[in-house]
Amino acid sequence: MNLNFNEQHYFLFQVLGAILVAVLLAYRLTAPKKGAKPEKVTTTESRAVRWILTGVALAFIALFLVLPLAAVFTEALRKGWSAYLDGLREPDAWSAIKLTLITAVIAVPLNLVFGVAAAWCIAKYEFKGKAFLTTLIDLPFSISPVVAGLMYVLVFGANGWLGPWLQAHDIKIIFAVPGIVLATVFVTFPFIARELIPLMQAQGNDEEQAAIVLGASGWQTFWHVTLPNIKWGLLYGVILCNARAMGEFGAVSVVSGHIRGQTNTIPLHVEILYNEYQSVAAFAAASLLALLALVTLLIKTVAEWKSEQQRKAAAELPPERPTPVTVQP
Amino acid sequence: MSAAIPSSPAPGATTSAPSGARRGGGAKRVLPGFGLTLGYTLFYLSIIVLIPLSALLFKTFALTWPQFWDAVTAPRVMASYRLTFGASFLAALVNLVFGLLVAWVLVRYQFPGKKIVDALVDLPFALPTAVAGISLTALLAGNGWVGQYLEPLGIQLAFNPNGVVIALIFIGLPFVVRTVQPVLEDSEKELEEAATSLGASRWQIFYKVILPAITPALLTGFAMAFARALGEYGSVIFIAGNMPMVSEITPLIIIGKLEQYDYTGATAVAVVMLVFSFAMLLVINALQAWQRRHSGAPA
Repeated sequence: MNLNFNEQHYFLFQVLGAILVAVLLAYRLTAPKKGAKPEKVTTTESRAVRWILTGVALAFIALFLVLPLAAVFTEALRKGWSAYLDGLREPDAWSAIKLTLITAVIAVPLNLVFGVAAAWCIAKYEFKGKAFLTTLIDLPFSISPVVAGLMYVLVFGANGWLGPWLQAHDIKIIFAVPGIVLATVFVTFPFIARELIPLMQAQGNDEEQAAIVLGASGWQTFWHVTLPNIKWGLLYGVILCNARAMGEFGAVSVVSGHIRGQTNTIPLHVEILYNEYQSVAAFAAASLLALLALVTLLIKTVAEWKSEQQRKAAAELPPERPTPVTVQP
Repeated sequence: MSAAIPSSPAPGATTSAPSGARRGGGAKRVLPGFGLTLGYTLFYLSIIVLIPLSALLFKTFALTWPQFWDAVTAPRVMASYRLTFGASFLAALVNLVFGLLVAWVLVRYQFPGKKIVDALVDLPFALPTAVAGISLTALLAGNGWVGQYLEPLGIQLAFNPNGVVIALIFIGLPFVVRTVQPVLEDSEKELEEAATSLGASRWQIFYKVILPAITPALLTGFAMAFARALGEYGSVIFIAGNMPMVSEITPLIIIGKLEQYDYTGATAVAVVMLVFSFAMLLVINALQAWQRRHSGAPA
């Protein structure tokens, strides 16, 4: 770790550490003295400590989340609206936007179908190797996007397993749109399944079993019983999957070949412009993705709120077999 | 992203009616579709994940052992491991402390704008990494909003290992918050009340009552942030400066080898990264199992 991690470079950590020490000191100083009997049993800190802790947490959020977000829009509008719009109007930007949309439109439904199928078999049944299967589904979360891209190059690339066959049939996957879609599918693979599995496990099988016993088919049960119960969780998974699909950089960068106007998604377009010192155009394209992120967070918040409401409404339903009212003799 | 945090009890847990037949332990499978959904899951998993993964492993077997060893222990590659692991660890450590703080403030205190802050915590999941990268760089470069005040002091946060750490803090920020938050919400106030009435100070309560209860969740969040940081590429390359031996992360080494058509070298380094990804996945699984036992929730 002696590699350039010298003292000067640790400045940031010194500052963060100093803040932390200050908080802890304030905590000790303002905490009620030992032995002094509290008037009533309280389970919160003194007002000063609460304010300091809240202040530090908000400062951290402001520094690391709000500031970068604000910087995207400020940099994009640095030279005014016309420069901003010019950055978005150039044909390369348009083709990047189109390719990003195409990628998401293919990748998200594929992972949606998989997510529902995987959640159904994992949440509704017991079978051997279930834990292992769940771990396998999580794999793409922990594999570096760059390694993911490399895997596809080794299968479909010119020197890869299928390379000669693909070349003989004039099919291009790597350095073309199919490769970009595949890499995106891989990176966003677990999102929807991961969202649905705990949700469907928690809801159990009772309602579905009742529907089947009453004569509904499997599809009817899914559409009319399961889907309404999981719809908000499903929406949440889909929008997260979509945000990641549109914004994926590492894996797509490996398989795309960076052909301008052909195999550039918005994030790759941003990279090219940025490296060419076209800062305003780069941030203009980036601002589209930042807007997408904000919309994603908004929908996510609404979806969480709705699912909370759904849960509460279900909890307030009268019990199915109300206890008979005992009549006084 | 609760997508990555499966351990938290999902909403709706309370609605499940009398258990017993709930999961149908040994009962007959009443619900149709098991074969179809399991079959499709395995098929899709094989096509998208397992077959490409095995391509990578087979490619490694094409290398002789000395070739492999030389590729993965070259000085420039070793330097990249040190940077990647060191920076990921530091970033995860910062997130451990501040993630706990943010989770605590969000669960325990009231303040205006709390809902917005809560939603904003997920920003690193939703914001594409390349956007985060160029934005952090613009902020911290010598002429940026933050950088211009730091440069006269002789502090450089962009284009060196500091930048890597900062980008990784951003990327890993939500993990600790989102793993600790549900556990703090569920923690029983009665224990703290009891401790208070027995004369414990708030500080004692924190590290004797609250901290043990949230330790599994904290470590899970730490491990997740660390694992994510190890593989991160998009946000780092803009801010790192990418100087060989100094600020070059391991994923960038792979990209560099690919650009020189050195597929075997790239594969060798990728396998090393893959091994660490698997190791982290196992660690996270173990931590989550521990957390479930700890909180007494059904597995």
